[in-house]
Amino acid sequence: MPASYTIKDILRRGGLLPLLAIGAVAGGATAAFAYAGGWLTPGQLHPAQIVNALEAHDGRHEGFRRAHAKGLCVVGHFDGNGQGLALSKASLFRQATTPVIGRFSLAGGVPNAGDGRVTFHSLALKFDLPGGEQWRMALNHVPVFPVATPQSFLDFQLATTPDPATGKPDPAKVQSYMAKHPETKAFADYMAKAPLPNSFANASYNSVNAFRFTNGQGQTRPVRWIFTPEAPFGELDKTTLASLPRDFLFDEVAGRLAHGPLVWHLSILLPNPGDPTDDATKAWPDDRQRVEVGTLTIDRAVTEDDGPCRDVNFDPTILPAGVAPSDDPLLAARSSVYAVGYTRRTGEPAAPSALANDTAFPAPTPGQSAPKESAQ
Amino acid sequence: MTSTTFSGPARLLHWIMAALIVAMLFIGVAMVATVGTSHNWLVPLHKSVGATLLVLVLVRLAVRATHRPPPLPADMPGPQKAIAHLSHLLLYALMIALPLVGWSMLSAGGYPITVWGTLHLPPLLSPDRALYATLRHLHTYLAYTLFLTVIAHLSAALMHGLLFKDGVFQSMAAWRTRR
Repeated sequence: MPASYTIKDILRRGGLLPLLAIGAVAGGATAAFAYAGGWLTPGQLHPAQIVNALEAHDGRHEGFRRAHAKGLCVVGHFDGNGQGLALSKASLFRQATTPVIGRFSLAGGVPNAGDGRVTFHSLALKFDLPGGEQWRMALNHVPVFPVATPQSFLDFQLATTPDPATGKPDPAKVQSYMAKHPETKAFADYMAKAPLPNSFANASYNSVNAFRFTNGQGQTRPVRWIFTPEAPFGELDKTTLASLPRDFLFDEVAGRLAHGPLVWHLSILLPNPGDPTDDATKAWPDDRQRVEVGTLTIDRAVTEDDGPCRDVNFDPTILPAGVAPSDDPLLAARSSVYAVGYTRRTGEPAAPSALANDTAFPAPTPGQSAPKESAQ
Repeated sequence: MTSTTFSGPARLLHWIMAALIVAMLFIGVAMVATVGTSHNWLVPLHKSVGATLLVLVLVRLAVRATHRPPPLPADMPGPQKAIAHLSHLLLYALMIALPLVGWSMLSAGGYPITVWGTLHLPPLLSPDRALYATLRHLHTYLAYTLFLTVIAHLSAALMHGLLFKDGVFQSMAAWRTRR
């Protein structure tokens, strides 16, 4: 019997049922694809919802990061002392020097906000390891985070989004959120009483989330880490914050770097059994074992407009061999949310940073920018 | 005499790549839509399988160039033959383009390109902000196009197998090579 290709012949030979079956296969596969992509489950939290909430909270500032919008690039290096290799086989921990670029920033989505705010002072880092490996970190001066899960983060943003009528968050919404989230209330209380560093240079910077280290013998353990400054701590007077110049923190650290490098010591924190690895709202007690593994040296600061950090996504799940994410639910969410924000802002033209015309950061002279240009 | 089935290597590659491509489409669309911890392993898996598929498609092109595929049935209408040839051209173009766009996109974003946990691919181009965004969107649109093309390919294959019964389905589904 010859093959037949016309609909009429197919139907005449009883082909209706197979035709419907094929339609069902194609339709079923498409439905499964849509389900995997989250289109059939609107109740499921999508990373774009969190970026949308950040934009609603602080305004949509084209070309800038949706969080930690105000920042300054830094360049330096890390010197490992070899001690870290007992904990992780990451090449950063060898007795060697690793080039680093990074970014000091303040939390919030407003790129030209004033520095006098009770908020995160942050340091993001990108270590360029041998063989194309990278380790990216996004660190805060506070060891804990206000929320434990991505859903809480979204709810917190929504509850504290300013009401367009008053320009302030609706106190009822804030109260209702805080009543359900004692961890956020505890964080707010902590921030209110904890001293705020008066410089980017004398703040400690914490991993916030837990990670997993694996050493050369295949032993895996949970860790957090902290960069402790050599510069002696100084505290801001929280009652006078509003009267301080807009960019005083960034100008101050630029002034320090003009006189010499800044150094931090990296210590790995090892938990006791029972210390939480999946809850960034809970600090590990101060008496936990610490292993110092090397020093971070920041040599110079460059504005985002001329520096190497503006177009870097400081996704803390970009890790070298020997380091992996923990079971902390914030880590995966940071990665997927940062990716959405990164795609949005790189699709917009870069705008001048708040520090672009700041006299503390002289524009690079032709001599200084020569290495970049001569590399053509 | 020409074979009525694809060659053994062509069939093997087809079915391995079919499974991997379908997996990749689902991994890709799921990983960008979740804030869950599956994101931690889906993204590295996506890059690793993507790089593997790029190698496989190059092998497949070599097999295609050295092993003549069986002809379509002589009595198949011309327009259907043209659609069949064009859809296969589109499948090949997308199989080559998607991993290359993914690799280029990661390069433009300055990301490390880690494959199977240990291999680090060199960047294909220098970091470039605007190019990253363009390639990132292109990667999504090409993936949707590949999904629809795969669905059309699957539907057409089933029509050949269940309705036309002209040997086209068997030419790829056969267990043994037949003359």
